[in-house]
Parts: sequence; C-alpha cells; structure tokens
Amino acid sequence: MKVDRVSPTAEGHDLFDLVRELAAKEVAPRAAGDEVAGRFPRDVFRVLGASGLLGLPYAEEHGGGGQPYEVYLQVIEEFAGAWLAVGLGMSVHTLSCFPISAFGTDAQRDGQLPVLLGGDVLGAYGLSEPQSGSDAAAMTTRAAAVDGGYSVDGVKAWTTHGGVADFYTIMAKTDDGISCFHVPAGTEGVSFGAPERKMGMRSSPTAQVRFDGVKLPADALIGDSGQGFRIAMAALDGGRLGIAACAVGLAQAAFEAATAYAKERRQFGSRIADFQGIGFMLADMATQIAAARALYLDAARLRDAGRPYGTNAAMAKLFATDMCMKAAIDAVQVLGGYGYVEDFPVERYMREAKVLQIVEGTNQIQRLVISRALTKG
Amino acid sequence: MNIVVCVKQVPDTATERKLRSDDKTLDRDAADGVINELCEYAVEEALRLKEAHGGEVTVLTMGPDKATDTIRKALAMGADKAVHLVDPALHGSDALSTSYALAQTLKKIGFDLVILGSESTDARTGMLAAMLAERLGTPQLTLANKVEISGAGITVQRVTDYGFDKVEASLPAIVSVVEKINEPRYPSFKGIMAAKKKQVQTFGIADAEIDAAQVGVANAWSEVADFAVAPPRAAGTVVKDEGDGGVKTADYLASKKFI
Repeated sequence: MKVDRVSPTAEGHDLFDLVRELAAKEVAPRAAGDEVAGRFPRDVFRVLGASGLLGLPYAEEHGGGGQPYEVYLQVIEEFAGAWLAVGLGMSVHTLSCFPISAFGTDAQRDGQLPVLLGGDVLGAYGLSEPQSGSDAAAMTTRAAAVDGGYSVDGVKAWTTHGGVADFYTIMAKTDDGISCFHVPAGTEGVSFGAPERKMGMRSSPTAQVRFDGVKLPADALIGDSGQGFRIAMAALDGGRLGIAACAVGLAQAAFEAATAYAKERRQFGSRIADFQGIGFMLADMATQIAAARALYLDAARLRDAGRPYGTNAAMAKLFATDMCMKAAIDAVQVLGGYGYVEDFPVERYMREAKVLQIVEGTNQIQRLVISRALTKG
Repeated sequence: MNIVVCVKQVPDTATERKLRSDDKTLDRDAADGVINELCEYAVEEALRLKEAHGGEVTVLTMGPDKATDTIRKALAMGADKAVHLVDPALHGSDALSTSYALAQTLKKIGFDLVILGSESTDARTGMLAAMLAERLGTPQLTLANKVEISGAGITVQRVTDYGFDKVEASLPAIVSVVEKINEPRYPSFKGIMAAKKKQVQTFGIADAEIDAAQVGVANAWSEVADFAVAPPRAAGTVVKDEGDGGVKTADYLASKKFI
C-alpha cells in the first residue's frame, strides 16, 4: 500500500519515489536475514549515502539536501517501514550532525559538515550513561581542560552505532556545566563495550563507548563551553520527531502485513478481513497511524516555520510510539499463530516497536516535557 | 556522440492494470505510471557510453502529460536533456504508428545512436527498435547484452536462443538492450535537484511534422477486438508421491505439452 504523500518542495515527490525504490530493492530484502544474524548493514547506509540521503534536512551549502523536516521525516518513515534499524540509524546520524550545524562555528560547519553529511560517514550520539538515563544532567563523563584542549574520561551507554560509527557527538561535564564535543572514532583512548543483546534491532549495534584519557583539541568543543545541555535538548527535539516517524513507518508495515494476511486467510468460508472483529482492528490501526502521521507532520511544519515545536515533538513521539506498540501487538493477533513465528515479519515488528517507547526520552519523560510546558509559570 | 534514449512510461506492474471500455486502449489514468524497467537499462547504457566516449544523452518519450515523471527520472539518473512528444492526436497509436511518430521526431532532433529497451511491460510487442531502424534507414542491433563503440563503428553482442551473435554496423544506428546488459544506477538526490534545471522540450505533432492521418487510435493498423478480465487463478494440481511421483509429474507436464 502506497502512502499518499505531499511535499512542500517540488523535488520532494521525486525524492519519495527514489526512497520507495531504494527501500523496496536495497533495504527491505535484507532486513529479516540481517536481524537474525545480528549483522550491521553498513553497506546499505553506503548506498543511501551515495544517493545523497544522509544529510537531507541540512543546508545545501554544507552538503545537505536543503529539505524541510516535513520531507525528511517522511523519508525516515519510509525506510523505517522497510527496516527499523535503517530508519532509526538515519535519524540517529542526522541527530549527531545537528550540534555542529546549529551551534558550530563557521569553521566547524564549513570544514566538517560536508564530510558528515556527504554519505560516507555515519554518526552516533552519546548522552546517556549507565547511571544517567532520563536524568541526563547526572552524567559523570568529564572533559577536563588541559593544555591545548580537553581530556575526556567516562562511559556513555546505549549508544546506537556504538563501535561502528565514524564519529561520536557526546556530552561531558566541564567546569561550567555540560559541554558538547565531536570525537572521531579513531581517537586514542576511545573503546567500546560488547554490543548489548537486545530484544529487537539486533542488526544495529548498541554499545557502551568508553573514554579513557581521550585528548581532544580545543576545536572539538561544539558551541560554547557549558552550553551542552541546551544543545542536547535541542538535538533531542528533532530526534524525537525522527523516532515518531520511525514509529509511524513501523506501524504502517505491521498494518500492511496484517491487512494482506487478513485478505488472504479464509476461515468459516470467508476472508478473516470480512469478520467485523478483524476488520475493526484494521480500521483502528489505520486511523491511529493516520493520526500519528498527522501529529508528527504538524510538529515538523512548526519546526520548518521556525516556531517553538518541542512540546509538539514530545506529543508526536509519545503518541506515535505508543500507537506503534499497539499496532504491532494487534498485527500479531491478526496473524494468530503465524504472527508468533519468524516466518512472518510481525513478531519482529512487535519486538522492535518496544524500543521506540524508550529511546530519545522514555514516554514518561515525554509526558513530563509536555506537562511542564503546560503548567509553566 | 549524440545518444538518444527512447523511454516509455508504463502502468506499474504492481498495480491493477485495465483497458478503457470506450476505445479499448490502456487506461493510463487508472494506474501509477512508472518508467518501463528495460528503459532504465537503456538509459544506463547511454550514460556509460557517454562517460566512456563523451557526448550528450537526450531522453525521448512519447506519452501523455504525466509521462514527465518518467522523463524526470531519466534526467535524475544523469541524462542531459529531454524531448517530450505529447499530443492528443497520438492517443491510441499502435506500435507501427508510434514508430512513425518517433522516427519523425528523431529526424528533427538528430542522433548518432538511439538506444531502447527491447520491450515494454505493457504492450510487449518488442518491435519498435526494428521498425525505427527501417523507417530511418539505419542498421538495427537488437537484443544487445553488450555494446561497444569504436570510432564510427558499433558492435553488439546479440542474445539468441543458442547463445549470442556478434553484430557489427556503422553509426548512426538503433540498438535495443536486454536486462543482462548492466545494472541501472539509482538517481541520487543531487541528480533529482539537477534534473529540475535540465531542458525538457515539448513537441506536438506539428513540431515533428507528424501526419495526423497516420497516428492515433483511429489510424492504428492493429485493433483490440475484445477483452475480458482474467479469470481468477484455479487451484493447482497436487502430485502425491507414492513411489510414482516422477511418472505422475512427467505425465502432467506431457499433458500440458511442456515435454
């Protein structure tokens, strides 16, 4: 089922066609096998990079695609539907490029963004720590000022692309608060834990990143010293929209699998889709998906218009990921026993959906963000 | 070298395709239009020849307004410019009249080499390359899975039932390609952006000096007499192996004249 998409840019529709083609031919066929094998599809990201898709929402002068979030997020949605690890990977890469783009100096932007957005490299983002998750400010990773730059010690946890990324955008404590740093993967003293053994998204490594006396030059600092928490929160606003788009894409895939099955499967002489118990489940799924899509696109349009959108992004992330979890569970139910086995993709969708309620701020944190915004002052 | 690639927009084979009840032509509005798959191989081959020998790649398509989507895709892959032959008078043209209309257009725009896919997924006549060559008085090198250019000469490896033939000719020439010839590139986002600025020239039948009495559904040499919806697929035949599975399978295949 093709989702009818509109784009505010003229090139958006051709972009969506390209994305659908890549998703169908290069991404989807690999998902099931690589998830079982726990194999990271670095080559798939290279194909997307070569097609110019790893920098879509950034300025063209820095090698980006110059696309509004309204277009970029729909691209994420399409890829997430084909394979969540790829859609989410794109979102994380985009997030990791945000601090330099929005807070970097001209020299950092001109010098680094063309490489970061060029498609050959993949980024990771390090905010969480083993003891500092929702309470991000409680981090203990420290960047001490030393002659000519910084020396970083500490551990970042739950890092998507940990061990396979080419650069890490991290937050660390400095004397004046939290600061943001750009760390190339090969920097001496950077090491990685074993990939976490996750419920889903096993192809995409999630690992601890350890910093042991890592020497960084002064220009590794992004933004002002002490500005890191603000940078992290601003980056997460955009990242949350990426997760919302992933959730809608994954829910759409679950819905399509359930619908296709319900139209084929016959019991008591009828297609099970024609039984109201199943038909209404499909109707509810489609309605919830459409609502979630509208919600993230609404937040995206606010962002594109330069308006505050953080609360809307939190609402979109909260609603879309809870919706996705339910859609994935219902899709398994529609397929019955077949939904519970690996021969059909919906059991994987159900395992994958869960993580979206946790990452880029748990859904409890989203409610906190929303309620605080509502009751401020 | 001036290479023209003929591309065709066809209804997406993944969607339901139907004919119109009024004039029994393809209902192009009912299905999503996509570039005919073999045309992508033709565009790819043209781009590779251009990269190796220099020159320019022009995309030529005959089709309704919405065929501009297909033109843009070919331009996004890297073709330099396009000519869109579009005129209500062309609606319903069969292969023979299409070859006439395209030949007239090719005479106007000029070419050293014309490349086509060997057939389209809608009509599947596979005759256009031969017809064009005949009308233009040029050599035809069809069903190519390899193309080489040296100076004014062209050599192709032509796929046959028994292997392949080596066919040589001199330019200008008409080539049709099969899917084994290459792996078409994806357009890139940069290519999509660049395509917006590329020239697309629109030709009506007068621009190409096409005689209206030789094109369109009323002047077609072939006619769709009737059509019906394909019957639903019947249940298959299951051969149960009770020690004689091979014989039963062979008998079944023989009854269907496969062996």
